[in-house]
Amino acid sequence: MPAAVSILPSQQLAALNDAYRKAVSRRRLRTVLSVAACVVVLFVAAIGAEVNVATFIEKIGNFFSYFDRIFTLESGVRVWNDISEWFWGWDKWLKLLGETVLISYVGTVVGALLAFCLNFLAAENTAPSRWLRFVVKRFMEFCRTVPDIVFALIFVIAFGLGPMAGVLAIAIHCVGALGKLYGEIVENIDMKPVEGIRSTGASWIDCMRFAVLPQVSAGFASYTLLRFEINVRGASVMGFVGAGGIGQELVVAVRKFYYSDVSAILLMIIVTVFVIDISTGWLRGRLFGKEARS
Amino acid sequence: MSKQPDINTSELRSRYPDVFDRPLKSRAAVPTILVAALALLIFGLVELDFSPARMLNGIQQLGWITMMMIPPDPGSSLPAYLQAMGETLSIAVLGTTLAALLALPVSLLAARNVIPSAWLRFPVRRSLDTIRGVDTLIWALVWINVVGLGPFAGVLAIAVSDFGAFGKLFSEAIEGADKKQVEGIRASGGSPLHEIRFGLMPQVLPVIAGQVLYFIESNTRSATIIGIVGAGGIGLQLAEQIRVLEWQKVSFLILMILVAVAAIDWISSRLRFAIIGRRAVA
Repeated sequence: MPAAVSILPSQQLAALNDAYRKAVSRRRLRTVLSVAACVVVLFVAAIGAEVNVATFIEKIGNFFSYFDRIFTLESGVRVWNDISEWFWGWDKWLKLLGETVLISYVGTVVGALLAFCLNFLAAENTAPSRWLRFVVKRFMEFCRTVPDIVFALIFVIAFGLGPMAGVLAIAIHCVGALGKLYGEIVENIDMKPVEGIRSTGASWIDCMRFAVLPQVSAGFASYTLLRFEINVRGASVMGFVGAGGIGQELVVAVRKFYYSDVSAILLMIIVTVFVIDISTGWLRGRLFGKEARS
Repeated sequence: MSKQPDINTSELRSRYPDVFDRPLKSRAAVPTILVAALALLIFGLVELDFSPARMLNGIQQLGWITMMMIPPDPGSSLPAYLQAMGETLSIAVLGTTLAALLALPVSLLAARNVIPSAWLRFPVRRSLDTIRGVDTLIWALVWINVVGLGPFAGVLAIAVSDFGAFGKLFSEAIEGADKKQVEGIRASGGSPLHEIRFGLMPQVLPVIAGQVLYFIESNTRSATIIGIVGAGGIGLQLAEQIRVLEWQKVSFLILMILVAVAAIDWISSRLRFAIIGRRAVA
């Protein structure tokens, strides 16, 4: 089918082409410049991080052979040929895994309780006074910016070795993280019920209890479950610094080259994390309907 | 006082039975859960050796430590600390970038609108989940075994553990992309690779860039802790100073971390706004 394409006079065409080329070249220049900036930043970072490509290429074989080794028993057979030898310490490890989950549970609950008490003071619409809000917000920021394992290092010295330091470290970190999320939920509530309750002469605490809490409890519970999930992961490495749980066994196995133990413990941690992920996901779905799951 | 109007509650009761007589099951549910949670909490406290005496003693110690921390003072090792901080930032930037570069092709394999077959997607997704299930610190331990102590092990640890997270996030971004552009490319005779390059990438790259910047920020925090197991950066200094009880240096290092995280936070949010801001506003 012959199509009628109108061809502009070459003078006009040249002007249009020129403008187009200019626009494209400007965009290209910008892309090239930003890529160059990225490359420079990465290059500087590579020097800072002592990146050594030669070592990497030379040693990358070790990475894969490491996985080969952790799946081999001392007798030289693959681990899955002799499950009882592979999981020889399963009762001890299960107990430590239980301790890990318990650490994250207690840490999450204690942290959530504290965050629950503090967040009403930190949310813009419920804070009783401005300076109190400022203080509480800065405190929560501090709690969540310092990594939980740093708190654990300090608490191990103050409270002694053992799960107590891990629990407190997780609880402190949890106050910061949950306090912020809770505060955001409270800031998004409908204020009409609060005004209704206040008009009947209720105190601040009554307002929180009867007007705010019913609106936010589902969101609070959902975030708390999510945090519990994250804290199980965090608690699995608390043992690295002596703060209880399975991490202690893992770090010993890695450092002393008990290869098959490493894979056994890692597998148990991964399965536990999976099970907790799936069950809290299911629980959140059951409790709050599908939209709360994401 | 005005007299309360007589309300016939029996009529209301019969009209809204759910409000007045909730079944025992739904009334008991919340208290039961709370009591069970409390019981588990108390069991946990007992099981994990919590005692008021230990608690009090520890808090006393902690108070003493806090007193010792003031004022923060780097002593004569300020240059070493600044260098360690630079190392930490390098680890975060490089690890995140590496992870993003590796995750981009893999995330295409995990996205439903690129690979329709569930059989091909399933193994990719599960292996990404497995990688995410292992903490960054554990990856750091593994890499220390491979490339030796030092920040390079940290870079690789962050790269691997973020690879899992990015793979999932990117594939979700790709699945959320608009189909129309892709169909347009296909209609004009483009190959599947053209569809990805000209149909998908322009849509997902800003989202991905935003996520990468956000991760650089959160990885600054992760990079501070992987030093604790020997993978370089400021965490190494921090763990050492805590072990030798140099509390003034510890508080100085913690302050440095706080400032660095805040600075990275500020920079990355500015950059994020520059990349996706206009789009988000429009």
